[in-house]
Amino acid sequence: MQYHLPENYDTFNEARQNGFLRVKKIKESNGLVAGIFCTFTPLEILDAAGIIPVGLCGMSDETIPAAEAQLPKNLCPLIKSSYGFALTDKCPYTYFADLIVGETTCDGKKKMYELLGTMKDTYILHLPQRHDDHALDYWTEEIRHFITYLEQKFSVKITEEGIRKAAVIRNAERQAKCRLMEMQKLNPPPVFGHQIYKTLEGAGFIFDRQETIDLLAGFQESAVEKYQSGLRPVREGSKRILMTGCPMGGVLDKTVKAVEDRGGVVVCFENCTGIKAAAPRVDTDAEDIVRAVAARYLQIGCSVMTPNSRRMEMLTDLVKEYQVDGVIEVDLQTCTPYAVESFSIRRLMGDAGLPYMVLETDYGKADSGQISTRIEAFLEML
Amino acid sequence: MDVFIGIDIGSTSAKTVAVDKKGTILRRLVQPTGWSSVDTAAAIRQQLRKEGIDASHTPCVATGYGRIAVPYADKCITEITCHAKGAGCIFDESDLTVIDIGGQDTKIIQVVDSAVSDFLMNDKCSAGTGRFLEIMANILSVRLDELTELASRGSDTTISSMCTVFAESEVISLIGKGEQKENIAFAVVDSIVKKVSSQAGKLILGNRRVCLTGGLCDSAYICEALSKELGKAVTTHADGRYAGAYGAALLAAAL
Repeated sequence: MQYHLPENYDTFNEARQNGFLRVKKIKESNGLVAGIFCTFTPLEILDAAGIIPVGLCGMSDETIPAAEAQLPKNLCPLIKSSYGFALTDKCPYTYFADLIVGETTCDGKKKMYELLGTMKDTYILHLPQRHDDHALDYWTEEIRHFITYLEQKFSVKITEEGIRKAAVIRNAERQAKCRLMEMQKLNPPPVFGHQIYKTLEGAGFIFDRQETIDLLAGFQESAVEKYQSGLRPVREGSKRILMTGCPMGGVLDKTVKAVEDRGGVVVCFENCTGIKAAAPRVDTDAEDIVRAVAARYLQIGCSVMTPNSRRMEMLTDLVKEYQVDGVIEVDLQTCTPYAVESFSIRRLMGDAGLPYMVLETDYGKADSGQISTRIEAFLEML
Repeated sequence: MDVFIGIDIGSTSAKTVAVDKKGTILRRLVQPTGWSSVDTAAAIRQQLRKEGIDASHTPCVATGYGRIAVPYADKCITEITCHAKGAGCIFDESDLTVIDIGGQDTKIIQVVDSAVSDFLMNDKCSAGTGRFLEIMANILSVRLDELTELASRGSDTTISSMCTVFAESEVISLIGKGEQKENIAFAVVDSIVKKVSSQAGKLILGNRRVCLTGGLCDSAYICEALSKELGKAVTTHADGRYAGAYGAALLAAAL
């Protein structure tokens, strides 16, 4: 049976490609664009300044050889790829960016931003790495500095009202993303995980927030509708996998597709494109809206945080909510925070009685065979 | 009589086992894999025919990295599942930890209630695999079995590089310094034993029996060195090399 994809899927799938033209148009009408790398970038501030954020995370190994002329070979592929794109001018988003915003997350990125700063205007927000009030005070101040910097650099005014409005719409977008992900709680889920990931990834390259929200809702509703009418693209009894770990846009085929080609289905992504970053919301009624924005971002359970209790709590809940059969962690080569933390996650999953496997990989194809054997063996084990 | 075939095409050698309905081993075949798994699979079929077994009309499971190259197999199952199954029967245990040092990769498999409960594999590099030993044996101009025999008589030398290429230069510089062959062999085996042990340490071993399978299980010295490093007895079996193929044959019988 031919399965028809839910509405808007192609729009998302092609958003990154087609976004180039849209960014060009924005630039031609004197719009401002900020290149960002991380889920910790306070989007509401950029929105309120009228600056359009666009993700610059490199997802292909094409530019890695160029990057390795300056960066160590033994470094995270995401960092090398991103830097390579800036170096070779191969990424139009990097090319068009008026400013690059980075955060002090992992050491590799932090030092890469310094080098990037010699090519493009780069602002680095200093992210504290704890989840407590003291960290929140500091992070709020850091965001206020960022506001002042943007106002001076671009001669714009960032108002409290503007931030609040941006937070309302960003919250709505996060909710739309969560609803899309949560439909995968159905058993079997309405669509494959690969499609969910591509949709969430594409959403970052559609620059009108309301349009994104409508497209996400349209996709979700049409998927559920098809499901209710009896269409089952995912076979009943498929093993339900949760993916966690590093950003995985550059290794999606090697991991997610490999799972789904072998009879499994990824029902939940805890990674930064997935639920981890979409779940926390801004308290839009808070008196101090800047602090409320800061508070939201500090709730993200990235492994650069210490202790990273948010990730542990979230994973414990997610594996139950999504009726997960097994957990696969995908770590990018040399990502120390995730690699070290994986030992705690292994223990956590062991306590939950769930099979768990870590795949350490990079953007190359050399280990595709071994990775798929491991995935196949993991699925056989479930 | 009902016959079931398991074929394990590894990176170095291809193992074939035929069993009867009760799981008793009827035939064992082993041959170098060569450069083409497809040719190897064809050669195995021919050899089986000589033994009076028509592979095309016999339930057959293929495993190992060349598993997809066996056109007459009814099913492909990964070497992890097959090794666990085979080792469980060879060693007659339902709970055990299997260490398989293969040509291209090393696997640590935890078996609980006769099923895989967890496993680890080395990453894409060849450190800690049979290939590492093969390359080092070549530099020392000895066969693999001679290497481990030499190692048993050596002591007090280490090589620190995990990377095969770097370790190769380290061995060459030891040769240059006039270090005794026994001691270099000792360092080579010691390095692989330490690497495999630290990997195995990640899967908590508990009180389970630890068994060594794969091409290196014939070496008494490797077994002894592993036992010493892990602080617990590591057992092997004459059929350890066939664990994957045997497991595949048993799984073929269950198809």
